[in-house]
Amino acid sequence: MKTFIQIQRYGDYGDREPVKAEGATQNQADWPLWEVFIRSKMGLDHKHVGSLHAADAQMAIENARDVYTRRQEGISIWVVESKYIHASNPDEAASFYDPANDKVYRHPTFYDLPDELKAM
Amino acid sequence: MEKQATINLEQQFQDRVDQDIRIEPKDWMPEKYRQTLIRQISQHAHSEIVGMLPEGNWITRAPSLRRKATLIAKVQDEAGHGLYLYSAAETLGISRAEMIDQLHTGKAKYSSIFNYPTLTWADIGAIGWLVDGAAIMNQVPLCRTSYGPYARAMVRICKEESFHQRQGFEILLTLSRGTEAQKAMCQDAINRWWWPSIMMFGPADDASPHTAQSMKWKIKRFTNDELRQKFVDICAEQVKILGMQLPDSELKWNPETGHHDFGKINWEEFWQVISGNGPCNKERIAARVKAHEEGAWVREAATAFASKQAQKQSAAVA
Repeated sequence: MKTFIQIQRYGDYGDREPVKAEGATQNQADWPLWEVFIRSKMGLDHKHVGSLHAADAQMAIENARDVYTRRQEGISIWVVESKYIHASNPDEAASFYDPANDKVYRHPTFYDLPDELKAM
Repeated sequence: MEKQATINLEQQFQDRVDQDIRIEPKDWMPEKYRQTLIRQISQHAHSEIVGMLPEGNWITRAPSLRRKATLIAKVQDEAGHGLYLYSAAETLGISRAEMIDQLHTGKAKYSSIFNYPTLTWADIGAIGWLVDGAAIMNQVPLCRTSYGPYARAMVRICKEESFHQRQGFEILLTLSRGTEAQKAMCQDAINRWWWPSIMMFGPADDASPHTAQSMKWKIKRFTNDELRQKFVDICAEQVKILGMQLPDSELKWNPETGHHDFGKINWEEFWQVISGNGPCNKERIAARVKAHEEGAWVREAATAFASKQAQKQSAAVA
């Protein structure tokens, strides 16, 4: 049985070289991939919504508008080339997040206070 | 040693799936799971893209500006749906170019329904009601599929899909209240689209060997026959509002099962259309290939422009 462990350093799409279809020429290679983040209304954070291919940032923003805001879902768009996203490794999650596991005192409910105490 | 490690990984993977914890792109997954998803998601994406063709056929001939505007919006949505799905498939390690190539060379399939022609305006109504209706029936459970990017794409798609079905039903409803000729056109479209629509759920469960594994991995949440039955039950009621008939003399409510019984599906036709012998298979692929080839210069020009701009910018900085 084959063990398939893929090491990816750069977000969901990994650090693979762009793959070309068999027999494809240079010009048939995909445009770079961009991650799209949308602010749905003033006061909220930009949130990751998906990705798309585009030749440059301007085209990525215009395509993101056409694809991800057709129903007024956004008032601001960020795009970043996927290859620039660095991501934590899920295989190391257990040890990586371990330091927070034993610190319940960081939560307000940890503290024993009388019920008479109001407005706290 | 390595074999043991793989078995453990598979067990951990299955445990996560059983607990309804989503699998994300960077997580370990069985190779077969990855391949199954790539096949299913890319087929789904291809269906969205090819699905634009039969409807695009009527944009210039829509009977009013309102109908034209909604049809354009719907076809544009399908392009968006294709993009969400291609992106989800790309997280599994296949490139967009590879997928497009698989579609154009016939290596990848798409939904058999899009190999039928749209002969009259009523077909646009029937597609919205029946084809999009069947698609929604398939897609709603996929919002809870085990692979995160696929599930998120489906949530987005389902939100947009309901307007598609409603606009289709509205077209048929208008025709069903029209002249005798319009009523006949409405019934004719339903007659032609009904059987291909219920074939969209895929082969019967006993002829669908991968269903068990896909259910175990929660890629699929219901079997083909379960979804098909649900769809038949709903449509059998909805058609009454149109005052039309579904073209199935055996369609009948069964109080014992609590479902409608329905006639035998012509699976021979289904397999013929899947394997390339439907009325429009060649035309559809030829249209995709033509669009791709004739768009090549645009893709090349955009790439050239981008690299020129980048060079200019770095020269300005230096």
